[in-house]
Amino acid sequence: MLHQWNKLVVFALFFAWFNLAHAEMRVLACEPEWSALAKSLGGEHLTIYTATTNQQDPHHIQARPSLIAKARRADLLICTGAELEIGWLPLLLRKSGNGNIQPGQSGHFMATDYVTLLEKPTVLDRSEGDIHSAGNPHIHLDPDRILQVATHLSRTLIKLDPSNQSDYQQKLTSFTQVWQNKISEWNKQVQSIKGKPIVVHHNSWVYFQRWSGLNQVATLELKPGIPPTTSHLSQLLSNLQQTPALMIIYARYQDSKAAHWLSQKTGIPVVALDFSPGLDETMVQWFDRLINQILETTT
Amino acid sequence: MRINKILVASIAIAISNPTLAADDIELLRQQLSHLKQDYEQRIHALEERLKKAETNAEQANTKAAQVEKKVEQTETPRAASNAQNSFNPAISLILDGRYASFNNEPGDYELPGFALGNEASLGEEGMSLGHTELTASANVDNQFYGQATLAIHEHEGSTEVELEEAFIQTLGLGNGLTLKAGRFFSAMGYLNEQHEHAWDFADAPLIYRGLFGNQLRDDGLQISYIAPTDTFLQLGAEALRGSRFPAGGEQSGVGSWTIFANVGGDIGIEHSWLLGLSHWQADDIEGRTSSGGHSHVDHDHGEDDHGDEVVEIPSFTGKSKISALDLVYKWSPNGNPKNRNLKLQFEYFDRREDGTISLLNSDPLEVTSYDGHQKGWYTQAVYQFMPQWRTGLRYDQLDSDNSGAEMDLLGEAGLDNEGHTPKRYSAMLEWIPSEFSRIRLQFNRDKSYEESDNQIFLQYTHSLGSHGAHQY
Repeated sequence: MLHQWNKLVVFALFFAWFNLAHAEMRVLACEPEWSALAKSLGGEHLTIYTATTNQQDPHHIQARPSLIAKARRADLLICTGAELEIGWLPLLLRKSGNGNIQPGQSGHFMATDYVTLLEKPTVLDRSEGDIHSAGNPHIHLDPDRILQVATHLSRTLIKLDPSNQSDYQQKLTSFTQVWQNKISEWNKQVQSIKGKPIVVHHNSWVYFQRWSGLNQVATLELKPGIPPTTSHLSQLLSNLQQTPALMIIYARYQDSKAAHWLSQKTGIPVVALDFSPGLDETMVQWFDRLINQILETTT
Repeated sequence: MRINKILVASIAIAISNPTLAADDIELLRQQLSHLKQDYEQRIHALEERLKKAETNAEQANTKAAQVEKKVEQTETPRAASNAQNSFNPAISLILDGRYASFNNEPGDYELPGFALGNEASLGEEGMSLGHTELTASANVDNQFYGQATLAIHEHEGSTEVELEEAFIQTLGLGNGLTLKAGRFFSAMGYLNEQHEHAWDFADAPLIYRGLFGNQLRDDGLQISYIAPTDTFLQLGAEALRGSRFPAGGEQSGVGSWTIFANVGGDIGIEHSWLLGLSHWQADDIEGRTSSGGHSHVDHDHGEDDHGDEVVEIPSFTGKSKISALDLVYKWSPNGNPKNRNLKLQFEYFDRREDGTISLLNSDPLEVTSYDGHQKGWYTQAVYQFMPQWRTGLRYDQLDSDNSGAEMDLLGEAGLDNEGHTPKRYSAMLEWIPSEFSRIRLQFNRDKSYEESDNQIFLQYTHSLGSHGAHQY
């Protein structure tokens, strides 16, 4: 028993030294959008690991051993918050044995803490489906809100790593410049689809709709988080046959059956969008791709 | 004005000088074109100013719109409610009920070779409630997390409230260290740490029933360390009071202890795994009682002086140790378990005991030496083949090799395996309308003892309140 403890201590010391030797800040990002943003704002000062890919539904991730190992070593945790990761993040935090990323610490960055959320439910009742009491968490689809998050994230990076302050500030300035130019470009691009009706799978596009002016007329899920039911789909079908929509949108990680069925029946084009940036993709590249995909579907 | 003047002047000239020379006309022409130029320039300047004013107004408008937008997306986070109950802990209530049908009499249940603890019965036949669990949990402050779970269940006709778990746990120790104190499910094995409602089958694996009376939990202290490696590596130990089954007796110090190690990781993005080794030991068990060969009624009872029924209860005193191996593998397409996923699970337990068995209430007291060796394993596969639907298979097998000076007595204590190898086959189908509700149909072909039993469960497990995070 005692021998085992000795071993443990030696082990711990060794890794403590190893940690010190590693100067870069370790970042654990819950979703690819935050790792892409962190990469633009922190660049070579950060070692980033992303907990999910854009093929995975961030509501339903398991607290896998590998994620606990990553949380254990992270200096900074960047997540969406607003209960999006409630099924797995609390467990990672509790099991990590890492004080730096616990709620209230500088290393605990929840993007939704820094913007206003839409769709804050007035009635909290689970018969309404899997609703988020704080509001709709999918803020990364609004370029304006991204800019707000970027500003605060940059502040957090500076707080955690003051020695590179000027570099972080410079990176934020150049990101802001590029992003703002892009926003006006995207704004022009989406002019043609403003006010057009769309159908979505899950209620995860509100911020995008708000920003782009697209008009969501129906969701395939009757209640958030509950798979589409046949009765609801046939109701939708008859509605859409009378007043057709521009397109049906779903995130690539969602079950595509309902969307394609409805598209076949109504002739309304369907598009599977990547809900988050792909591997090594920047925010700009991803959003460019997203908008182009939508515009291509309409032509 | 000036035009007028010039016109008047020119008319005056024309009148006063009716015979104009060609030069004069030329002069006038020049003057007129001069005037024209002058005016064009002025109008142009005015137009420019107007244009400027218009763009200014436009800019002001866009600025106003931007400000409006900014106000909408105020920098301040969500308005915090100052209501007193906003700091209430997360509360969740598990509602569990079932219909059970058995071919054999559930009271006859036994597991030859294993001394069963009190909770190890099959449960009620017909319609009944399972464990109703009430959990409250929250971060206590920035250093601690706390959780308590009350389990309310029916036991032999009376409602019992049991404090299933009540512990605090550190959050901010750092360096991968976590301390836990209080009453908690031991980190022994894989399934043991999970609450009953998170299990994939309606009942515990046979080996859990045989060794722990379904689950091992105790009061004590747990320390766990996670190594700063890319592969998950956890080492831990528990110091426990050791008064609860499968330990026993009044303990003033550490009555039992465990050590455990877990290794795990991902293979690509679709596969993940967890391998665990653990060891539990109690060196000084005193008077651990069990329900004997048959779960509730002992067939070998007499009557005492007052004519009351006396039930002979087997009691173990000595040393006990359990070693365990567990392996879990999960797969989901693209690592996205929402729609489809597969889970494979295997656990093996091996217990060795050394001491004496006595039959309490026997007169004269019957005692025998006892050298026990029990082992068992189960393996299961659960597949979610479409959203909301899961199906699973499980196989259990136990084995024991117990010896003692008086084999008859061991037989009465239920520790003689009677040459039988307990086995069980289970199959289940689940409908999961949402993350908060589940309806399960399960069939068991149970060969725990000589007479094979067919068991059917129809069970609901619903959760109210806060959204709990489930363990891997």
